[in-house]
Amino acid sequence: MIELQDIRKVFNTGRPNEFVALHGVSLSIDAAKVTVFKGPSGSGKTTLLSLVGCMARPTSGRIRLFDREITSLPERFLTEIRRKTFGFIFQHFNLIKGVTALENVMVPAYPDGENHASLKERALNLLGLFNLSHKAHSKVEWLSGGEAQRVTIARALVNNPSVVIADEPTAHLDTKLSKEFMEIMRRLNDEGKTVLIASHDPIIHESDIVHRVIEMRDGKIVTSGIAS
Amino acid sequence: MAKWIERQRNIIDFTLSSLLRRKRKNIALIFVYIVVVFFLASVLFFTYSIKKEASMILQGSPDMIVQRMVAGRHELIPISHIDKIKGIRGVSSVKERLWGYYYDPIVGANYTLIVSDDSQLSVGKIIIGEGVSRTRLLFEGDAMEFKTYDGAIVDLEIESTLSQKSELVSSDLIVISGGDFRRLFGTPEGYATDLTLKVRNSRELPTIAVKIAELLPDSRQILRDEILRTYDAVFNWRGGIMMVILMGALLAFIIFAWDKASGLSLEERREIGILKAIGWETSDVLLMKFWEGMAVSLSSFLAGVIFAYIHVFFASSMLFEPVLKGWAVLYPHFKTVPFIDASQIIALFFLTVVPYTVATIIPSWRAATVDPDSVMRS
Amino acid sequence: MLMRKSSLFLIYIILNILFLILLFTHASFEKKKDMQFLREKMEMVSKLQLADLCLFTEASYTRHLSQADLHTPFQDSPTSLEHFPSGSLVGPPRSLRKLNGKMD
Repeated sequence: MIELQDIRKVFNTGRPNEFVALHGVSLSIDAAKVTVFKGPSGSGKTTLLSLVGCMARPTSGRIRLFDREITSLPERFLTEIRRKTFGFIFQHFNLIKGVTALENVMVPAYPDGENHASLKERALNLLGLFNLSHKAHSKVEWLSGGEAQRVTIARALVNNPSVVIADEPTAHLDTKLSKEFMEIMRRLNDEGKTVLIASHDPIIHESDIVHRVIEMRDGKIVTSGIAS
Repeated sequence: MAKWIERQRNIIDFTLSSLLRRKRKNIALIFVYIVVVFFLASVLFFTYSIKKEASMILQGSPDMIVQRMVAGRHELIPISHIDKIKGIRGVSSVKERLWGYYYDPIVGANYTLIVSDDSQLSVGKIIIGEGVSRTRLLFEGDAMEFKTYDGAIVDLEIESTLSQKSELVSSDLIVISGGDFRRLFGTPEGYATDLTLKVRNSRELPTIAVKIAELLPDSRQILRDEILRTYDAVFNWRGGIMMVILMGALLAFIIFAWDKASGLSLEERREIGILKAIGWETSDVLLMKFWEGMAVSLSSFLAGVIFAYIHVFFASSMLFEPVLKGWAVLYPHFKTVPFIDASQIIALFFLTVVPYTVATIIPSWRAATVDPDSVMRS
Repeated sequence: MLMRKSSLFLIYIILNILFLILLFTHASFEKKKDMQFLREKMEMVSKLQLADLCLFTEASYTRHLSQADLHTPFQDSPTSLEHFPSGSLVGPPRSLRKLNGKMD
């Protein structure tokens, strides 16, 4: 269970380009469910996800992660929690260029000093799950859009996180690949993982694996309904 | 502990992947870096070895040399001065020294002719240094021609050659009898080139020197201490070519560090953003940058020093030969004794590794402290 | 399967360090061996009453660094510049560079 209490996020405080991304959002997100955040760009959904995923701190308000209050934790603990609990799938993939797919998948686990052989095996298995074994040693620039997307997903899963967060994951994908993406999300959810997706893509909102669609606008929640 | 090692290795893995992305640029950088270190280390090895050897060998030099000066020039000294000097308290012996230069027009070389009263050399015979032998291709038993001061030609027979191992002091020497010396140069009897002294207590040398200066106002005294300090100061960093070399090397190091210190490219910043976003901490990023600096500078330092050692102590500093030889025709072939000054090597290590590594880390500080969510917002 | 890059790097560094240690060990052995020749040279210096190393035979004052007189720096004329390449490697002997020397 992820709880947000009266979350405010202000960027560039005190400067002329001060911008309030979230105006006091309160929310309870169920674990092991697929939740989609819908809304136009600038609605604050990306910011909300980044706060939930311990990537940034709210300007005010509290966040509880599985009954643990995380807003006041120092950076190091926050980073550790983020690394162990969350897996991120970014809109622009954000893979490291000039480096192989396999290494991209392993990089998030490097600072932990885990045994190299076991890390490599796990990474290869993950790539195998997404039918990318033959591309493991290719540089990421040589991958197609769909393949790169799957590498990003594999990377997000390398630390075996309990929560998967995806930010506009289908923005650069065609319909077929978008549907494939949602199937992968179903598999992850079936394993008990919590899935949070920010998207304005109807393929995602209308997918039957989604348990709940939360609509946002101008930094506030408009509907926090339950989809079919 | 194992975790710490594994963490370092992981980060080094990533750093090397990162460096390999710009393979050509980095290989060129390392190559030039190695050349600079090689050059600098060779100079350090060579000059220290010569200085150390000089400080040891020249302990055998005379305690004091007394020369007569006329109008600022070194002129012949009357042998009668010996009696005057012998009387000074503390002086145990005074000897005359006959030596001079002979220019050989056949090859354009300068030889140093010296008379040794020790060496029972009969008139008509000479002992030559290995360098003379090599330059004129003359050996034991051959005759060598000399032109005297008054235009006559004199043939002298080579009795033997001085050992090759002693070339550093004897390469251009020709040991000759007193009689032949005076015949060649016309030095009148009763005069010598200069006088050498032995004293009983070396601590009294300065006092004795002062007394000689009073006794013979037109003389100058050269103490062994000064001879040694002359060679201590040879190849001094503050002189001529050495200064150019030092400045060149420093400039090279500055240029290398500049390239790093002038800030990160957009791509590098983006990469750091990604690393932060996927879970790396600021310290992880800085560690990566540390290894990036070390990878280049440490490998360059080691390779450069190894090549320099081989160059100086196995290949007799052959790359320096043209510089040291200058316009000389006769150049001694000697082996550099591997005296090594550890403090110089350590200083070189710090000069090579620290500025570059620091220049790699510092500009990344800002980028490394960026918020992990920045890459999502951009 | 290729080795990890970091392994290759660390092996390279360690090999280099070992090689360097080897060379320095070689240095200390060579030094001992060369001692006899150093002694030989010192004896020759003593016997022949030498005061300089035979390094630069270009000119008199480069050959005998410690014996150069005041006249030498001026060569043919007071404005005469350094002729010989090795002159830029060595400075005038210390005894000539003494300042505030006594007049008498």
